[in-house]
Amino acid sequence: MKRYSVFAIARQAMSYHQGWERAWRAPEPKKEYDAIIIGAGGHGLATAYYLGKNHGIKNVAIIEKGWLGGGNTGRNTTIIRSNYLQDPSAAIYDKALSLYETLSQDLNYNVMFSPRGLLMLAQTHHEVRGYLRTVHANQLQGVSTEWISPAKVKELVPIMNIDGPRYPVLGALYQKRGGTARHDAVAWGYARACSDMGMDIIQQTEVTGVRTEGGVVRGVETTKGYIGCKKLGIVVAGHSGQVADMAGFRLPLEAVALQALVSEPIKPTIDVVVMANTVHGYMSQSDKGELVIGGGTDSFNNYTQRGSFHHIEETLRALIETFPIISRLKMLRQWGGIVDMTGDRSPLISKTPVGNCFINCGWGTGGFKAIPGSGWAMAELMAKGEPGPLAADFNMWRFREGQFIDESVAAGVAH
Amino acid sequence: MLILECPYCGVKAEETELANGGEAHLKRFGPGSADNDFESYMFARKNPKGVHFERWRHSYGCGKWFLAARCTATLEVFGTYPAQTAEPPADLQAKIKAKRPDWKGY
Repeated sequence: MKRYSVFAIARQAMSYHQGWERAWRAPEPKKEYDAIIIGAGGHGLATAYYLGKNHGIKNVAIIEKGWLGGGNTGRNTTIIRSNYLQDPSAAIYDKALSLYETLSQDLNYNVMFSPRGLLMLAQTHHEVRGYLRTVHANQLQGVSTEWISPAKVKELVPIMNIDGPRYPVLGALYQKRGGTARHDAVAWGYARACSDMGMDIIQQTEVTGVRTEGGVVRGVETTKGYIGCKKLGIVVAGHSGQVADMAGFRLPLEAVALQALVSEPIKPTIDVVVMANTVHGYMSQSDKGELVIGGGTDSFNNYTQRGSFHHIEETLRALIETFPIISRLKMLRQWGGIVDMTGDRSPLISKTPVGNCFINCGWGTGGFKAIPGSGWAMAELMAKGEPGPLAADFNMWRFREGQFIDESVAAGVAH
Repeated sequence: MLILECPYCGVKAEETELANGGEAHLKRFGPGSADNDFESYMFARKNPKGVHFERWRHSYGCGKWFLAARCTATLEVFGTYPAQTAEPPADLQAKIKAKRPDWKGY
């Protein structure tokens, strides 16, 4: 792999930029691998990357039904934060955030991480109490967040109307280190680094079955034939239930559609990320100038990657009160992704009833921010066969034991 | 936009008038049941990509609970029926089977 640098650009400029090599190879599958990851989204690619980098397992294939980064990795609102309430969540999301901070250097690929600061608005007294609790919890966890006054919110986001009347801003939970990153670049950067380690990213290949022998995984059936493996990682977000079904076990999650949309591009107006959980809306401005807006989930099970229009209407109706300036903006594009929701709104990074088969799913509406931490923890689990400290609490048996990592109350919908 | 016909009042209601209540025909396991049964009753939904039976409430209409058969992959609605049934009506099952020959059945 040729490294990207200012000198590389200068060298390529001499030859009219004709000499750039492909960022990753497009290989045919081998007969067998030490490990197969199903799903070349951010989490799958990050898992493969840390398997190679941290644990030296490089004979790895990542099998993708569509194109890499084409699922939820390419459909989210790119928000990165770690201000969670529960200790296991704070640990893994903060690990992810700290890895994001150096990810561009680590991958030699600009993921455009922008720690521009993140506000979670409190618009009801209930939320004020909730966020004060989160701030205190974060201080104990060593995650730097602070509670700020409405005046400070107004100073950070001058376009905001903090007076209401329906949704007054009563303060905000502020995480200075939070921000955004370019979502595609995260997938592309990991893919390039994985390919460079000799891993095979096999796109346009659907897994159609999981072969097991005596309760231990042997390989996967795909549209390109049977591929053997010693270890299998299922990292497929919305379709986790279907793949788990092939392996012969059921997961405690349901698939629903989550939507997002962008406005027409405008001049820079807002340089922090604002989340308003009461009204199920969150907003930031992309480098292109579009306002990136996320909405709520649908109430019913859905695999169609499109959501109900009335959710968008509700989100925008409420955001317009908080940001009157956006009322005349046209919305350019709207799309949906299928998110896998668990009962406690926390993920599963877990062994499964099938030997040597591991699962990483259930990130629900908030997976993008977790990608590096999730990959780090999943790689450790796959390499050692036992979860490390980051993954231990996210096992799939916690529901039976009643050991929930309950973020559903703490985070509401905009997770 | 999802449109379901309420089997009680006959109104074709769109989803803002309705509230989803999750998977239908769950068998309840209470205190004293086996851990596996209780866990799957509480958390392990079928979550199929395809034919799904689910509970809906006509909240801004007659207020009653009813059941619906719907495809989660296409959003096609096969039919709705009253909630006082232990399993989907035979004619609805036959209708679904005709439309989805691969369907493994309820």
